[in-house]
Amino acid sequence: MELINIKGTDDTPNVILDKDNAKFEISGRSLPEDVNMFYEPILEWIDSYAEAPCEKTEFNFKLEYFNTASSKVILDILLKFEEIVENGHEVLINWHYHEEEEDMLEAGEEYADIVEIPFEYIAYTD
Amino acid sequence: MDKKSENQGFLDFAYQMYKSMKTNEINLVYEGEVTQEITKTFTSLTEKNLAKSEESNTVQRKVFNVMVECLQNISKHADSLSDEDEDRRGIVMVSHGEESYNIITGNVIKNEKVDDLKKNLEHVNSLDKKGLSDLYKQQMREGRISEKGGAGLGFIDIAKKTGSKLGFQFKELNEEVSFFILTSTIKRT
Repeated sequence: MELINIKGTDDTPNVILDKDNAKFEISGRSLPEDVNMFYEPILEWIDSYAEAPCEKTEFNFKLEYFNTASSKVILDILLKFEEIVENGHEVLINWHYHEEEEDMLEAGEEYADIVEIPFEYIAYTD
Repeated sequence: MDKKSENQGFLDFAYQMYKSMKTNEINLVYEGEVTQEITKTFTSLTEKNLAKSEESNTVQRKVFNVMVECLQNISKHADSLSDEDEDRRGIVMVSHGEESYNIITGNVIKNEKVDDLKKNLEHVNSLDKKGLSDLYKQQMREGRISEKGGAGLGFIDIAKKTGSKLGFQFKELNEEVSFFILTSTIKRT
C-alpha cells in the first residue's frame, strides 16, 4: 500500500500512515482552515486500508492541540477503525496527552465513550 | 484642521489609547479582516508572550484554544456591513487581570441570525460540565462539517474548556445587521 507521510506545519499535523511498517500516527497541531481538504486523502487511505488491514493496528494520536472542526474529523477516522474492529481485526488507539493537559485526556475519553475501540492513555512530559 | 494640529490630534488619540490599554490591562487589540493567516499570527504571538510570562502551561493552552475558536468563528461566520464588502472582519481583544484572562471578540452579523445564535448560547450556558460533554459528543456524532468548514462545536468547546459562562451581547446597528460581542473568560487558578 502507498505510504502517507505528511510533515506538520503551524496549523496541520504530522501524519504517518505506513502499513508495511505498521506505523500509524497523527501528531502535532490540527487547526487547518479547511479540514475537509486536509483530511480527505487520509480518510480515503483508511478506506482502502480497511479492505485488507493488519491483524493488529496500533494507531497513535499525539496531538498538542486540535480545533473543533478537526475534532469532528478525528471522530470520522475513529469510526472507520471501529468498522475494522467489527470486521474482526484488532485495533488499539494510543491516546497520548501532555501530563499537564487534562483537556486532551478528556477529549480522548470522550472519543472512547463514542466508539467501540480500546483506548490506552499515555501521558508524556516536555 | 492644519497639518500640525491634525498630527497633534493623532498623537493625543494614540496616547489616550495606550493609556487606556494599560489601565484596562489589554494585551492585544486588533480590528480588521480575520483570515487563517491572521489567526496563526495572533495565536503564535500570544503563545510567545505567554511563554515569557509565568503563566501555567494549562492556562496558556486554554488561552490558545479559545483564541483559535473565536478567531475561526469570525473568519467563518462574520457578516459584513454592506453587500459590497465581503471581508470577514472583526475586533479581537485579549486582556488579563489578576484572576482571569478575557478574550473579547466582536463582529457584524445579520439580524436574521441573532435569535438562533442567542438560543444556542443560552443553551450552552445552561449546561454543566457533564451536560456540555454530552452535547459535544452528540454534536460530533450527528453534525457534519458545514460548507464554511465549521462543526457547530465552537461555543460548546469554549464553555467546556474555560469552565465559565460565555458572555454575549448584541447591539442592533440597523435593519439589516447587529454587532455581536462574545466574551470568554479563562480563570488563572
